[in-house]
Amino acid sequence: MNPTTDFRFAVNVTPKAGILDPQGRAVEGSLGHLGIEGVSAVRVGRRIELSVAAADEAAARAIVERLASELLSNPLIEAYAVEALGGASSTVGSAAGATA
Amino acid sequence: MSVRIGVVIFPGSNRDIDAVNALRIAGAEPVPLWHEEASLEGVAAVLLPGGFAYGDYLRAGVIARFSPVMRSVAAFAGEGGLVLGICNGFQVLTEAHLLPGALLRNRGLRFVSREVAIAPERLDSPFTRAIAERGPLRMPVAHGEGCYYADDATLDGLERDGQVLFRYVDPVDGRIAGGDGDPANPNGSLRAIAGVTNAAGNVAGLMPHPETAVEAVLGSADGLGIIRSLVESAAERAAGPAAVAVGSR
Repeated sequence: MNPTTDFRFAVNVTPKAGILDPQGRAVEGSLGHLGIEGVSAVRVGRRIELSVAAADEAAARAIVERLASELLSNPLIEAYAVEALGGASSTVGSAAGATA
Repeated sequence: MSVRIGVVIFPGSNRDIDAVNALRIAGAEPVPLWHEEASLEGVAAVLLPGGFAYGDYLRAGVIARFSPVMRSVAAFAGEGGLVLGICNGFQVLTEAHLLPGALLRNRGLRFVSREVAIAPERLDSPFTRAIAERGPLRMPVAHGEGCYYADDATLDGLERDGQVLFRYVDPVDGRIAGGDGDPANPNGSLRAIAGVTNAAGNVAGLMPHPETAVEAVLGSADGLGIIRSLVESAAERAAGPAAVAVGSR
């Protein structure tokens, strides 16, 4: 077995451009109460952080891309961006490999 | 013998009992289908009821899509089987790509629970054939994410191909509801769309609840025509191949 490394990613999901975002609009509407001016185009999305064990970062990223497009976002209405986070840690893939 | 129609139960489904009740009133035998079971138990049609499947986590309907029962429902739909999704069931069907479009957060941001009126666009579908006329049908909505969305090209295609099944209308004069701010459109759905079908016409979904408007004592019996349509269509399909087989001998 090849050793694997844990790679940490974040997936940022936001409403696509042109899709009405009532949450963003509500946040924007509340800004006046804080006495803040000049803030516009607020979009509310979600962020999902996860770790993937894979041989290398490219392989890990491919898994995250698939997850992002098939589950974490709905491509009809949402866009996503995959972000690599630091803190990758090496682990040994199998017990057999460790004792060889 | 009454036709058997499956009612899928996800963790978080809460309108399944109403669906069972409505199917019984319409003369069918409801068959509960648990989400962890892949078997559809030979039912003639499948109804996905309302609720909050898997807590509506991530997006309404998306986790349910990956359950064993939904893989079977997708295969059943692919073979032409009749599938009707109500409210959360509609959301599940769009997330499963069995129906076009998506259901967004209501434009007003609030969860809306009240009576609305919808009108069928056509009376020749398996889901509307038992409805007497195209006038307004009164029934409740109860949802936070019911704003029907698809891009303009998709919406044009749905209209052209007769896939718009129901629209929100004014309860009094039957006029098609407007967009933002028209109380007849409870969630800001584009083109006032309340329900759609797939291209083949065997899968349908709608946000309002016909299954809770099946008896006068519930405030309206206007939803019964939709449930009856499903039951009649399912019965016809269940009898179809057998009748042909008998006739050919």
